[in-house]
Amino acid sequence: MIAFNKYYNHFNLLSSILIVVSLLLLIFKGLNFGIDFKGGTLIELRASDSKINVSSLRDRFNQMNLGDVSVKKFGNDTDFLVKFENKDNKKNIIEEIKTNLDKSFGNNYDFRRVENVGPKVSAELLKSGVIAISLSLALMLIYIWIRFEWQFSLGAILALFHDVVVTLGVFSLFSLEINLSIIAAVLTIVGYSMNDTVVIFDRVRENLRKYSDIKIFELTNISINETLSRTIITSATTLLALLAIYFFGGEILKGFSLAMILGVVFGTYSSIYIANTVLVRLRVSQKTILRDEDQNKLN
Amino acid sequence: MLYFSKLRILFITLFSVLFILIASSNLFKFDDNFFDKKINLGLDLQGGSYLLLEIDNEPVIEQKLQNLTTTIRNYFKEKNIKINNIKIENQNIFFNVIENDKQFILDVFQDENSELNPYYPRFKSHQLEIEDTGLNFKVNFSRQGLIKLKTSSQDQAIEIVRRRVDEVGTNEPNILKRGNNRILVELPGLDDPMRIKSLLGKTANLTFRFVTNDENDRFGVDKLKFENGIEEATVSKRIIISGENLLDAQPKMDTQTNQTIVSFTLDRVGAKRFGKATSTGIGKQLAIVLDGKIISAPVVRDTIASGSGQISGGFTFQTATDLALLLRSGALPAPLEIIEERTVGPDLGQDSINAGMIALAIGFMLVIIFMFVKYRIFGLITNVTLIVNLFILLGILTLFEATLTLPGIAGIILTVGMAVDANVLIFERIKEELKDESNNILAFDGGYTKSRTAILDANITTLLAAIILFFMGSGPVKGFAVTLGVGIFTTLFSVYFIARLFTSIYVARNKNKENLI
Repeated sequence: MIAFNKYYNHFNLLSSILIVVSLLLLIFKGLNFGIDFKGGTLIELRASDSKINVSSLRDRFNQMNLGDVSVKKFGNDTDFLVKFENKDNKKNIIEEIKTNLDKSFGNNYDFRRVENVGPKVSAELLKSGVIAISLSLALMLIYIWIRFEWQFSLGAILALFHDVVVTLGVFSLFSLEINLSIIAAVLTIVGYSMNDTVVIFDRVRENLRKYSDIKIFELTNISINETLSRTIITSATTLLALLAIYFFGGEILKGFSLAMILGVVFGTYSSIYIANTVLVRLRVSQKTILRDEDQNKLN
Repeated sequence: MLYFSKLRILFITLFSVLFILIASSNLFKFDDNFFDKKINLGLDLQGGSYLLLEIDNEPVIEQKLQNLTTTIRNYFKEKNIKINNIKIENQNIFFNVIENDKQFILDVFQDENSELNPYYPRFKSHQLEIEDTGLNFKVNFSRQGLIKLKTSSQDQAIEIVRRRVDEVGTNEPNILKRGNNRILVELPGLDDPMRIKSLLGKTANLTFRFVTNDENDRFGVDKLKFENGIEEATVSKRIIISGENLLDAQPKMDTQTNQTIVSFTLDRVGAKRFGKATSTGIGKQLAIVLDGKIISAPVVRDTIASGSGQISGGFTFQTATDLALLLRSGALPAPLEIIEERTVGPDLGQDSINAGMIALAIGFMLVIIFMFVKYRIFGLITNVTLIVNLFILLGILTLFEATLTLPGIAGIILTVGMAVDANVLIFERIKEELKDESNNILAFDGGYTKSRTAILDANITTLLAAIILFFMGSGPVKGFAVTLGVGIFTTLFSVYFIARLFTSIYVARNKNKENLI
């Protein structure tokens, strides 16, 4: 048996630091919102001429007065991603750009993808993203409350909060782009992390019924160990699937799968070192779960 | 937990075979209608254009209020009440009357059978709200009045948008209402939406009006610019004919001048009015005005009684075709603005499909190998289950002709990774049971029973996340929510029916074998 409980305090401290650092990053550095949430225009461009590269493209676009322009390589040497604010929300901006690029590069390029999100839509998308994440956290809280006791619910929600905040913190730290698919990833992380926590909690509850003389500090450790091989195998298969998406699923899914990979790692960690320690700190005992059942009998 | 009746085995087999057949209809062609269904590919996979249009209702509201001032004035004139100082400010109509008439005005506006102010019994609301501010009356649209106005202009607009898109002839466009002031247009297979965008960007309000030099024209005048943006002309506000009078419009080549023109045919009312105007107005300039700009202003040389005519204005064949199309499909009730656009070229879509399929194949292989190495014979059972699971998932998506997007494919791959969880929970539990229980059958039974609550809780939480994503997410992300959510049900089915069936057969044959798992 691995003594996970020996490190409860150490990892609680680490997690607290991670959460504080992440929150500070989110407040002071902020997130790198993509056009979905900031508004603007995105063009994925494929070149068939080696004259077309990041700097020549940047030169061209900067001459067009589009506000902040970012030009990046996208996947391989011939694909580029151009993003700009499109502040005045000009209507025929794409045609203008095409005519302009034709002058310098002729017909040696192709727009593979064009996205244009107006300020109204991006504000709405951001709002619905925030609502979706908050709503999912609230629903999980309620579900666990119904299925378990409030101490468990608190532990699970703290673990979820940790996973979401730290994942977003990593995105902030490396200025990775937040777009609609990242919101989907965060929600899936919430589901996955919950899943992981519930399996251990289920075992904790079962063991609480079984052993009246074992303290919660020991009991959580027993439960973690009993479910450990399942935790490892499921995390492994999920990570294998995610790594396949990350390496072979194309550029568009990179951010999504990266967020999910981080989430699975944090989710597995938090199920062990956050969710359980909350139970320990709240001194959950056999009484905690039996009281409800006794009441049910009386009713 | 390990016993299966013959009937149940039959049911499980039939169910699985059915969905495998349905899923395979994506690859083969079936003659039968029921089986010949296909998963729809989202715009991000097949390429195409997604446009979200917003109707700008401000001009409609202004126009309605403008008309209302006339209506109010005339209505009360008949009742011998004089309306004073009527004006529009910030979408409110203000006016005043002498003190004695005040109550009568209020009664008219608040009467449920009022002709002036329609009452909607369903919403217990009038179209207009009236407020006596002491100084004057303030009239504006009520909440319901505004909603009615918006939905009616949305209804008109979507019809016009549909006509315009159909005229361009893209394949299977999808045109839907969003809220009460937006229209969603999905155009599969279209990689350059320029033309459609420019067609939808025009209101196409056409009027024929005389050019006048008299600033004090009885109907009032507008100073309008020509299409080139330089020249200007003073045009009477009196409308001779408008776009509504057109029966047809076609681009044509004028054989005499070799110019591209748009020829049009008028309805009976239009033809009459056009004939009359051209007979009295010989020698005058008749301006053809589209969306506030003069296309051309030819001099009337003859009476045109035939009810047909032509518009020239230095068109290319393309612009003449587009103008004819706009005139045929009619004017939008209000201007449209494109507030969101997403266009994916077909080759990027194909690349995404390829990448998604490769990722699915590799992810699947990795998981299968991992499970076989870890659990051997039970890994094999899990893997067979996983394959059937994948087919049932695809079968359900096919049956409902769901839309598969790139994130949707990611959802399938993720389902593969997470689907083994339930089997792993069961197998690990069985291993624990076997520590104190020598009877294989009892241990397996216990493993299944005792792992059930954890499996249920774990799947319900993931399902909750998928449901929220489905309702809050948009576009491709919705596709992810669908595959993730459906995947949970197919996983539970395949784990509790298919995998358990195989397991029970295997365990029954190896009742006394030690270290079974």
